[in-house]
Amino acid sequence: MSGGVVRTRSVETMISTAAESISVLPGRAASITTAGQSGPTLSCDKASLAGSVTQRACAFCGSRVVLYPIADALHLVHGPIGCAAYTWDIRGAQSSGPQLFRNSFSTDLQEMDVIYGGEKKLGRALRELINRHQPKAAFVYSTCIVGVIGDDVGAVCREVSRETGIPVILVASEGFKGTKKDGYRAACDAVYNLIGTGKTDDIPRTSINLLGDFNIAGETWIIRDYFQRMGVHVVASLTGDGRVDAIRKCHGASLNLVQCSGSMTSLAQRLEKEHGIPSIRVSFFGIEDMSSALYAVAKHFDDSELMERAQEVVRSELELLLPEIRRFRSALDGKKAAIYVGGAFKAFSLVRALRTLGMTTALVGTQTGDKDDYEQLRAMCDPGTLIVDDSNPLELAKFCIEKDVDLFIGGVKERPIAYKLGIGFCDHNHERKEALAGYIGMLNFAREVYASVMSPVWRYTPRRSGRTGVYPKEAV
Amino acid sequence: MVERKALRINAAKTCQPIGAMYASLGIHGCMPHSHGSQGCCSYHRSHLTRHFKEPVIATTSSFTEGSSVFGGLANLTQALKNIFTIYNPDIVAVHTTCLSEVIGDDIPTIVKRAREEGVIPEGKLVIHANTPSFVGSHITGFSNMVCGIIKYLAERSGETKNQLNIIPGFVEPADMREIKRICHLMGVTSVVLPDTSGVLDGPLDGDYQMYPKGGTTISEIKSMGDSIATLALGHFTSHPAALALETKFHVPAGLLELPIGIAATDAFIQSLRTYSLDGVPEELETERGRLIDTISDMQQYFHEKRVAVAGDPDHVIGLVQFLVELGAKPVYVITGSNGNHFEKRLHEILDPVVPDAKIKAEADFFELHQWIKNGPIDLLVANTYGKYIARVENIPFIRVGFPILDRVGHRFYPTLGYAGAVRLIDQMVNALFDKKDRECPEEWFELVQ
Repeated sequence: MSGGVVRTRSVETMISTAAESISVLPGRAASITTAGQSGPTLSCDKASLAGSVTQRACAFCGSRVVLYPIADALHLVHGPIGCAAYTWDIRGAQSSGPQLFRNSFSTDLQEMDVIYGGEKKLGRALRELINRHQPKAAFVYSTCIVGVIGDDVGAVCREVSRETGIPVILVASEGFKGTKKDGYRAACDAVYNLIGTGKTDDIPRTSINLLGDFNIAGETWIIRDYFQRMGVHVVASLTGDGRVDAIRKCHGASLNLVQCSGSMTSLAQRLEKEHGIPSIRVSFFGIEDMSSALYAVAKHFDDSELMERAQEVVRSELELLLPEIRRFRSALDGKKAAIYVGGAFKAFSLVRALRTLGMTTALVGTQTGDKDDYEQLRAMCDPGTLIVDDSNPLELAKFCIEKDVDLFIGGVKERPIAYKLGIGFCDHNHERKEALAGYIGMLNFAREVYASVMSPVWRYTPRRSGRTGVYPKEAV
Repeated sequence: MVERKALRINAAKTCQPIGAMYASLGIHGCMPHSHGSQGCCSYHRSHLTRHFKEPVIATTSSFTEGSSVFGGLANLTQALKNIFTIYNPDIVAVHTTCLSEVIGDDIPTIVKRAREEGVIPEGKLVIHANTPSFVGSHITGFSNMVCGIIKYLAERSGETKNQLNIIPGFVEPADMREIKRICHLMGVTSVVLPDTSGVLDGPLDGDYQMYPKGGTTISEIKSMGDSIATLALGHFTSHPAALALETKFHVPAGLLELPIGIAATDAFIQSLRTYSLDGVPEELETERGRLIDTISDMQQYFHEKRVAVAGDPDHVIGLVQFLVELGAKPVYVITGSNGNHFEKRLHEILDPVVPDAKIKAEADFFELHQWIKNGPIDLLVANTYGKYIARVENIPFIRVGFPILDRVGHRFYPTLGYAGAVRLIDQMVNALFDKKDRECPEEWFELVQ
């Protein structure tokens, strides 16, 4: 251990006792594996076990988070109030223009609507909103209950679209259809209705779309700036700081960059199949992945000047970044992290970004990773790293104690668990407050990790203070 | 101004299940269970975590396309099996969702079968409440779950116990703690249900505990049928449970409002006094005196101030009464929840003092904003969602109620009781003074207020 922390033997013993007292749900053993060991393929891509405290959400959640950053569209949730209430402006997706998307619009279905159907109500709500806000398009999200009571949402959308002259698009996002991942697909299908309807004659050859970046804390702006400096035209970003007109003509771009593994893959595939646009899977997190993304674009256009400009961007950014990183690295060297995030591609980047900071990954898990993702994780992580699919708080707590990690990277539900254990935390989910993409994002990441891992508060927590007698509580 | 019937913009409520989940967390050793799609459970846990900054546990039936056609029997049975095998709670509190309600799952029958099949271990409990999201609001869901807990668990042994039931309503752990403190000062033994103090305001002790120390214990809940009386704080969140206890076990129900401000707290203390041998202790008398003293120091700043209040119905009723006590003018008063009592009660309070006040149940923040645009206000009292209006209109704003997603104090400081009222005054005058200090012309900038 670095940082001058002295830990007593007895505390360690007690930690392992606590960890042993937490067992793994019997049906979950196949969803956990270890890097560096041969073994059967990780069981994943399955529905969560009923009765599990799963950290996963539903199809509606997936659709909503993918589409909502389209800032000049209307987003109406057709269902009881909860679905709209819990998704009201909870992600820091920023818009440089319209702020309409930050409101919460719901048909607030009541008992009578459930009995007699909600179609009329939906039609009235749409007409009123479109009339008042004049959006460029409207998305109507179908929720669990709408799928069951049998409203023909598509028919209402078509009718209102005819009347108002704007695209009114059904998002088939009934929650029970699956996890967030299934919702991503529904979102891609919905947004595809817009694509191909705009003029593309003014789009230069050296042009790309950014897929799967949501402009959390302004990240799309950072990435756009790099490409602009390279001389690459960004036609549309889906959906960070998104605009309907840009999406309408995104089929005119020459290349799609797909960031965030889960959300936009199906859209990229359709754009390739129907419009012949190739795509590259990239990540904008961490120095290596960010640079690879820029170089990959230059290589794709086979343009040496473009490559030179890409190198210039990387060079100038790193000149600023590296000395700063070094400062953090000396303190963080050898510290251990646990990662539990939504998509696997983000996990890959985080493993690499942590290495940049001198840290190792002791545990890595995702909500939506597939077989190939987990194979890749197994290959890239240090031997002994635990790899889990669709985990739950008890399991995560157990592994964090066992692996004695210093940092947890996750989302809103994991944060207080980490703190209770006396572990630093970094939100790499949609509630992050700092941009973590690009080179400046790597610096923000380093600063955030450093701030949390090195916080003086841990000196006062049982785990690091060497205090005994507080820990552990009686067995669960 | 547009009349809207088909549309909710920026809701001042959310759905039933989250209220049920919060109530369930106030039972010691309880696993709340959401019988529906897994998104519901995830949203509720995230939302509660954002408010309390604490881990929130709950399990889900993880509905799929299949269960939405064939019913959730298999899912719930499987879920109960898994929950007891691995998480080992003393009790599982099942609440339904819009989906399972529309499908028509009969929870008691499913649970009965599970017990017969040996899925539920000996000595373990499973209770439920119906909480369809398309009826009422999170307040209804909270109330339904508290009623469910009592219906399933409370018993009558035949021997009356010298203790008082208190149903505190959808309030903060700090408020529940404060209620217990007041009871203690009054020398009254209380059973507070639910009690999330010690559950959702736990210390950092280096351990992740699924079932923290706090919460009303099952034996306490069982004994509620033997208590001398019940005091229920709040028409919407608490009265139904007290009435259920009265009907079933003849435990007399004292129906009060949330003790916010002077009169409502006096009424609470007065009711406790009936069951106390010691009378009101000097400590509480002094607290009351300090509150009156603070009001007298600050009354000039509240005089005729135009205030808007938005939030949950029991809170809003309490806050409006308190504002009237301060000499302020609550001009706009809304809740997102439904129920005739809201408008009726607020007209009783406001008609004599602010006859032109606008009062509306089943309203939303969009409508409130329209009112404010048409007639400005000096202060806004609402949950965190009020901040959009406060920013655009540059109105001093204090956060009270649920959810508070962007401040920390609500976790520690009660708003109930005399001490809670002092804190509310502190927040309100600070908000007014801060705006003045930032914006007034140089010559009006004052050191002393």
